[in-house]
Amino acid sequence: MLRVDGLHTYYGRAHILADVSLDAAKGEIVVLLGRNGAGKSTTLKSIMGLVPAAQGAIRFLDRDIAGAPPHEIARLGLGYVPEDRRIFTELTVMENLEVGRQPARDDAPVWTIEKLFAIFPNLAEMRNRPGGKMSGGEQQMLTIARTLMGNPRAILLDEPSEGLAPVIVEQMARTIKALKAEGLTVVLSEQNLHFATMVADRAYIVEKGRIRYSGTMAALAADEAIRLQYLSV
Amino acid sequence: MSALAVQFLNGLASASALFLVACGLSIIFGVSRIVNFAHGSFYMLGAYLAWTFTRGLGWVGYGPLGFWGGILAAALIVGLIGVLIELVLLRRIYQAPELFQLLATFGVVLVVQDVTMAIWGAQDLLGPRAPGLRGAIDVMGQRFPQYDALLILIGPVVLGLLWLLFNRTRWGTLVRAATADREMVAALGVDQRKLFTSVFFLGTFLAALGGGLQLPREPVQLHMDMAIIADAFVVVVVGGMGSVGGAYLAALLIAQLQAFMLLVPDFEIAGLTISIAKMTLIPSFLVMAVVLIARPYGLLGKAPSHARTQASVEPVVRVTPPLLAKFGFATVAALILLPLIADEYGLMVATEILIFVLMAASLHFMMGPGGMASFGHAAYFGLGAYGAALAAKHFDAPMEAGLVAGPVLATLGGILFGWFCVRLSGVYLAMLTLAFAQIVWSIAFQWVAVTGGDNGVLGVWPSIGKTGFFYLSLALAVVGVLLLRRAIYSPFGYALRGARDSALRADAIGIDVKRVQWTAFAIAASFAGLAGALFAYFKGSVFPTYAAIPKSVDALMMVLLGGVQTISGPLVGAAVYMGLHEQLVRATELWRLVLGIAIIALVLAFPQGIAGFAAKRWAKEDGA
Amino acid sequence: MSVLSVRGLHKSFGGVEAVAGVDFDVAAGEMLALIGPNGAGKTTCFNMLMGQLRPDAGTVSLDGADITGLPPRAIWRRGVGRTFQITATFASMTVAENVQTALMSYRGDLGRFFARAATLHADDAVALLDQVGMADQRDRACGVLAYGDLKRVELAVALANAPRLLLMDEPTAGMAPKERVALMELTGRLARARNIAVLFTEHDMDVVFGQADRVIVLNRGKLIAQGTPAEVRAHKAVRDVYLGGGTMSGGH
Repeated sequence: MLRVDGLHTYYGRAHILADVSLDAAKGEIVVLLGRNGAGKSTTLKSIMGLVPAAQGAIRFLDRDIAGAPPHEIARLGLGYVPEDRRIFTELTVMENLEVGRQPARDDAPVWTIEKLFAIFPNLAEMRNRPGGKMSGGEQQMLTIARTLMGNPRAILLDEPSEGLAPVIVEQMARTIKALKAEGLTVVLSEQNLHFATMVADRAYIVEKGRIRYSGTMAALAADEAIRLQYLSV
Repeated sequence: MSALAVQFLNGLASASALFLVACGLSIIFGVSRIVNFAHGSFYMLGAYLAWTFTRGLGWVGYGPLGFWGGILAAALIVGLIGVLIELVLLRRIYQAPELFQLLATFGVVLVVQDVTMAIWGAQDLLGPRAPGLRGAIDVMGQRFPQYDALLILIGPVVLGLLWLLFNRTRWGTLVRAATADREMVAALGVDQRKLFTSVFFLGTFLAALGGGLQLPREPVQLHMDMAIIADAFVVVVVGGMGSVGGAYLAALLIAQLQAFMLLVPDFEIAGLTISIAKMTLIPSFLVMAVVLIARPYGLLGKAPSHARTQASVEPVVRVTPPLLAKFGFATVAALILLPLIADEYGLMVATEILIFVLMAASLHFMMGPGGMASFGHAAYFGLGAYGAALAAKHFDAPMEAGLVAGPVLATLGGILFGWFCVRLSGVYLAMLTLAFAQIVWSIAFQWVAVTGGDNGVLGVWPSIGKTGFFYLSLALAVVGVLLLRRAIYSPFGYALRGARDSALRADAIGIDVKRVQWTAFAIAASFAGLAGALFAYFKGSVFPTYAAIPKSVDALMMVLLGGVQTISGPLVGAAVYMGLHEQLVRATELWRLVLGIAIIALVLAFPQGIAGFAAKRWAKEDGA
Repeated sequence: MSVLSVRGLHKSFGGVEAVAGVDFDVAAGEMLALIGPNGAGKTTCFNMLMGQLRPDAGTVSLDGADITGLPPRAIWRRGVGRTFQITATFASMTVAENVQTALMSYRGDLGRFFARAATLHADDAVALLDQVGMADQRDRACGVLAYGDLKRVELAVALANAPRLLLMDEPTAGMAPKERVALMELTGRLARARNIAVLFTEHDMDVVFGQADRVIVLNRGKLIAQGTPAEVRAHKAVRDVYLGGGTMSGGH
């Protein structure tokens, strides 16, 4: 579904990503693990076209999307959930969802407001509340719901557990599993290994802009040397 | 009583046009973050085109269809011109620093001015009266024009329509979302380029409509653009950036005050006649002052969210490289020897450049280390010039006293205006500085009894010869630049740079951010005032244009040409820009057109600034 | 006697009570963690202590003196240092200049227009940077530092006014697990050595339970539990509203 080959990204002169390659099959949950500043977020932003990739191929549904503007990538059915939520604070919950709305796709789960409210019951209770007057956890739910309104084939989820209370993180893990159950492909970046272990099928470890390890979640759990070396856990 | 009622209605009618222009400006800013200087030009174009359509094209007759159709057609055409400008110019510079965007739109202003003059000529044009609305209605025994009554209705109607558009349509929701976070909107699959273009069309259409609707009320003339843009800036700042409702409230307030000011009789203080009725910008100032004290972001505005504005990281200020220092000494030494080789003209050009070097250095001080971009630095230059000239004219002050009086007046101005300006930041602050500069200009222009108005103050001659004056300018410029430089490297300079980098952190380590910025503002104003006072004696006369917008833009061009974040940059920028400007004005009548195109071309070629471009080039070579 | 004393703190926004009567104390040399779900009122509480928000009711006192409602600058002058959730440093200035500026502010030099700032308090700045292990990076611009290093610069800056109290809002947010613990260990050592009271909010339970001397838990604007890390971890209500099943901690 999504395949990245030899991706290089620069911020000014700084070489942020070097030869990053990864792929995600349909219905799979893939996690990018690594420290802060390792290049996880930049990888997701490069795929989404928010940061220009200097080199490398990005294929989504067998179409080369490297260099395409973000809105075209989004319209192909690739959703993006940013790490800092980026809720439209002046807009109500319903209006936030409206911005994300795109036509339904045959080969992707179809989301309606009602279906989203069933997954995120908190949101249903605050339809007309401005996004700025919601707590961090509620905003995190809204930002995911907003992206789902685009009926995506796959979503990029940047650090969904960051800054959330442990109970909310557990709820988030259940949500992501529910998305998988709907058949959605998910690529997420994460620092929290516990969280990643609960949701992901496969993992890539990113360090200093390079992929250092790739394997199944189970293999990573068994490989203490790798975990110690790159994740210090 | 009935006179008051009529003035009240007059105020309401004026508010409508002001509202149309200001809300267009506000909407465009909200989405594109571009402060569109050319907005006043669209207003002017709307009026000129409507004049042509309603009078010149007889084929639909002079009836209601010809009149209203003409105004609407003019607004639509100007809207399309706006779209063209958005596609060709603005779309390329959305990522450029704010000030470059402002400069580019100012380039458009210059171009439109010359083109308008070429098409319609310099004389005032009288528009037709609205068919079927030529009469008057009776208001408590007084006659009130029917057309003005209609205008009163148009404001709220447009306000209502805009509200529906923004709150009840998907387009409106997308626009409001893009106002908050463009990138996120794009990541959700919305083509923001189309959104921007449509918003730009709406904004320019509204401005041109405002211009066309003024046709029966006042003559069409070439100064409409600058006159309305200053008012519109004030309305937008008072109402709150991006708030349509706020723009209406503010337009109402200011238009009402302006209307009632006309009733205030002239009075005398210490033998000076003061005519409040003629100083139309004073009420704007009063409203702005009161509102900004109570609500820094305007009546209905909200504090800008800093989370989404990508703070550009300025380079570290390092010790001057020895080579550059040597170069500086060599330049000063060469200048000392200049009178031996240069003729009188060469000496004059050199003197003028030195004066503007001081002006540019003062602007750089507040823009670079201070992080406060001023679009109205000419205010302090003008105050300095008038301070010196008025001291000479009214008190027979010698040049030495004049050179003190000028900076003192400018400093007082800087202290007064700066107090308000430092309450805002970024482009909000820039707009406010421009509004204050317009107030200084209008006082110089309208307070004829003291300033001589348009005729200026003449006969302000220096007490020394041309060579002596050159040395005086050289000495003051060198001392001024060195003092400013010293301040940048002082503890105060650290506090100033800290306040620019992170107001949050500065506050948390006991720095009074506003006070530090206020002080820097006043210092910058005093050195600009010194430059202005020198300029007064250099020219032998002072005119309101010294405080006008083009002078502010000159100063800005110098700083930006040289680079904001290098201390020597503005000095080089001043020399280069003044040299070019001088040649251009001598060479062609259409110098505004040429300068405007040059500015636009520069911004398009170097969207990150020439210094930014050079730094990038240097970085590339360094990295290779 | 406690360094920081909070009594009956209240704050409402539009009729909603964000903080509804909170009392607690922090003693000198003590590390106190403030935890709770998102939206529990932690940030509101913090902003009132730091002077960014004025409480509707209640008092905040520092060493017995009332500092309620003072502006942040004044609170800093009385010996309160702070670090931010998202680091706030002067990006265009070097690491040393950042600390020097704080020292100049503390010693009343910032009004000087003609002194050379470059050498002013330079040795003291390096001494402070040495304490947080950043002395060797003193001439680098803060704008180019790694995130973890920025956090340490912030800590050095916060120590410049020889504070009695350190307020740290999510000090380890955005850091790698190992760095998190290291930063708070460093903070704890400095606090004990200099007898500084430290109040911090935190979402990483390994940091909270490993580094705090005492923990207080806020939920819906009220304190629902306080005590040692072990007591709080075992607290039924805390598990329900905040900690959950405990799958998110341990193992670092």
